[in-house]
Amino acid sequence: MDLSFGQEYEEFRAEVRGFLDKHGDKSPRNAPMRSPETLEWQKLLIEHGYTARTIPEEYGGFGAEPDIIKSRIIAEEFADARANSGLGGQGISMLVPTLLEMGTQEHKQQFIKPTIHGEMVWCQGYSEPGAGSDLASLTTRAELDGDEWVINGQKIWTSTAHLADWIFCLVRTEPDAPKHKGISFLLFRMDTPGIEIRPLVDMTGEANFNETFFTDVRVPKHQIVGQRGEGWLVANAILGHERDSLGNPNITLTRFNALVDLMKTETLGGERLIDNPVYRDRLMQIQGRVMAMRFNDLRILSSRLNPGQDAGLARMIVKLQGTELRHDLEGLAIDIMGEIGLSYGDNPHTRAGGTWQQQFMLYLGLIIGGGTSQIQKNIISERGLGMPKEPKFEKASGQQA
Amino acid sequence: MQFGLSEEQVLLQDNVKRFLTDKVPLQAVRDYADGGSDAEIWQGLSELGVAALLVPEDHGGVGLKPLDAAIVAECLGYHVAPGPFMGSVVMAPTALVASGDDHAELLGELAAGSKRIGIAFGEAVGRRADARVTAADGRLNGSSLFAFDADADAYLVADGSHGLHLVQADAAGLSRKGLTTVDASRRTVQLTYDNAPATQISDDPEVFASALDIGRVMLAADTLGAAQSMIDQAVEYALQREQFNRPIGSFQAVKHMCAEMAAGLEPCRAMVWFAAHALAELPDEARLTACHTKAHLAEVGKFVAKTATEVHGGMGFTDLLGLHYWFKRCGSNRQWLGAPELVREEAAVLQGLV
Repeated sequence: MDLSFGQEYEEFRAEVRGFLDKHGDKSPRNAPMRSPETLEWQKLLIEHGYTARTIPEEYGGFGAEPDIIKSRIIAEEFADARANSGLGGQGISMLVPTLLEMGTQEHKQQFIKPTIHGEMVWCQGYSEPGAGSDLASLTTRAELDGDEWVINGQKIWTSTAHLADWIFCLVRTEPDAPKHKGISFLLFRMDTPGIEIRPLVDMTGEANFNETFFTDVRVPKHQIVGQRGEGWLVANAILGHERDSLGNPNITLTRFNALVDLMKTETLGGERLIDNPVYRDRLMQIQGRVMAMRFNDLRILSSRLNPGQDAGLARMIVKLQGTELRHDLEGLAIDIMGEIGLSYGDNPHTRAGGTWQQQFMLYLGLIIGGGTSQIQKNIISERGLGMPKEPKFEKASGQQA
Repeated sequence: MQFGLSEEQVLLQDNVKRFLTDKVPLQAVRDYADGGSDAEIWQGLSELGVAALLVPEDHGGVGLKPLDAAIVAECLGYHVAPGPFMGSVVMAPTALVASGDDHAELLGELAAGSKRIGIAFGEAVGRRADARVTAADGRLNGSSLFAFDADADAYLVADGSHGLHLVQADAAGLSRKGLTTVDASRRTVQLTYDNAPATQISDDPEVFASALDIGRVMLAADTLGAAQSMIDQAVEYALQREQFNRPIGSFQAVKHMCAEMAAGLEPCRAMVWFAAHALAELPDEARLTACHTKAHLAEVGKFVAKTATEVHGGMGFTDLLGLHYWFKRCGSNRQWLGAPELVREEAAVLQGLV
C-alpha cells in the first residue's frame, strides 16, 4: 500500500494550483456552450494541457503522454477550486476517443480539432423507440445509393440534437446479417435535408433530449467509421467511455460538501438543519457511501497503474452505485428543506438556483440512461458473478423477425 | 502509487485461508457453538504467526500493520471462525503499545499465543445504567456487559474517563458469567468486579481510542469476509438449485439480488483497506474513516445477510445449511463497539457538525 504519487506529481499539482490561482476567475459559470468565454476558457485549458490532454497536437490537442495520475490531479484540483474543467458532451467524451482508435486519418483531421475546441458540437443517434436496453435491435436503415447512404428511421433520447452541428449515428446497413453484425456507424451533418428534430421535454422541465426523424437523408459514403457492419464494435468502445464517466465520486464529493454547507446555513423551525439528529444521521450515512465509492475509485486507479491488480468488479459497479448515490444525496437536500425543497424555476425561495431538484431528477434520468440499473445488474451478475443469461426469445411478440 | 495488497499480504491471506478452509469447516463452528473449545484453532493460528501480528519485533512479534490484521480478520469472518482475535491480536497489543510503557512480558506472551486478553469496554461505549465500572486505588467495582473472549486470561477494562485497566481473570473479586447472544461463533461474558485488583495501563483517552478505532475496523473487516462468504454461497446455491426446469440463478429476480449484494459489498473492500491503512499511516483521517467504515459495513453487512438468506429460500432459514452463523456474525459485528447510529454520530462530532 502506497498512496503517494511522488515528487514529480506533487510538483505537477502545484503547477495546476498555480494556474487556477492565476486564471481561475476566467472560469465560466453557467455560460452557454458556444459563448466566447466558454470557448476562450476551453482554448486556455487545451494550451496548458488541462483538457484534451492526450489528444495529439496534430489534431489540436496538447499531445501529452497518457498519465492517469496527472489527469486525476487535474480533476481533483479543478473540483477543489470549483473551476470549470472544460467542455464535455458526447462529441468530446465519446466520439473523439473512438475516432482516435478507429477513425481514418481524414476523420481525425477533419473532426477532432474543432470538436475539442467546442466549435463543432455533436449528438449521438443510438437509441430508438423500439431499441433501448436492447440497442442492437435498432431498425433505422441506411441503403447505399451510388456514393451516398440514404437513411430512413427514427432516433430518440438524442441529447442536444437541437444544438448539434453533427451526429454520430448507428444505422442498419446489412438487414440480412445477425442483429449485432448488421450495424454501421455513420457521421453526418444535422442540417442535412430530411432531418426533423422534435424536442422531448423531460421531468426537469428542460428539453435535454429530442426525437430525431430521418426521411431520405443522403450522406456521403465515406462518412463511416469502421467497416460496414462493424458499427456495434465501434459503439461498444464508446459505451465503455460513457459508463466510466457516470457517477464520478469526485463530483459526488463536491456535492456532498455543498450539502454540508446547506445544512449549516439553512434553518427549519428555528433550528439549523445540521442540528437535527435525524437529518445529521442521514447525512452521515451518505458520507459513508461517498467514502466507500471514493476508495473504490482509488482501487480502480491503482489497478490501471499496477497491471495484475484486479478491479474488474470494482469497476463494473460504479455506474449503478454512483448514480443511485447521487440521486439519494440530492434527494436528502430536498427532504430536509421541507416545502422549500419543492421550489423551482422563478420561485424566489429557490435555493442554489434549483440545482438540488434539478440534479435529483437528472440523476433519476442517469439511473435509467447509459444502461439502466437493471441492465447494470445483469452485467454484474453475468460477467462479475458468472451467473447465466436469461433464456433468449429471439422472436418475442412485437419484435420484427 | 499502489492501493491494494502487497505480495506478502496476499501470501498471508493465502496461508490463513488455507488453514481455515482445512481446520474450520462449518462443523468446527457448530462444535464450538455446542460448547466446544477454540483452543486448537487458536493454536494453529498462533503457529501461523497470527497471534504475533501486531506485536513489535523487539517483543517477539512480527510487527505488522493494521492492514495485515484486517486481512486476517476478513478471513476469520469468511469462515465465521471462533477465537480471541479481536482482543488478543488486535485491541490489547494496540493499547499496550500505545500506552508507551514497557509491557515486554505481556506483549511477549501475547505474541506467543500463550496469553489471551479480552476486552471490556462497556463503560466507555454504549454504557448501561445497570452495568457501571468505577476504578479507584487500583481496584475495580461494578460490572461490564458483553466482554469478549469468554476464555481470556485477563481483561482490558475501560472506565468512564476512558482510562484502561488490566484485571486478571482469576483475580479475587472478579466473577465471570457467560452471556448468550445470537452469535454462537463467539462467546461473551459479564464481568462483575467486587474490589477486584487491577493494573492501570493508561489514563490517556487516546490510548483507549486507538484500541477502539482498530477494533472497529477489524469488526468491519470481519463483516467484509462474512458477507463475501454469504454472497459466494448464495451464487453457488442459485446455480445449483433448479425450479421451473431452470437454475434459479438464471431468473433476473435472483440475479439482481446477487448483483445488488456484490455492488454494495465491493466498494467495502477498498474502504476496509483504506481504513486499516489510515490507522497506521494517515492519523488525520484515521478516526473518521474508522467510524464510517464500521457503520457502513454494518449496513451493507445487514443487507447482504438478509438478501443472501432469501436467495437460499426456505433452506436459508434452516439450521441444516448453517447460513445463519454468517447472518448472526454480521449482526454481532454490527452491534459491538458501537452500532451504526452511535458511530455515525461520533463521525459527526469529529467533523464539528454537532
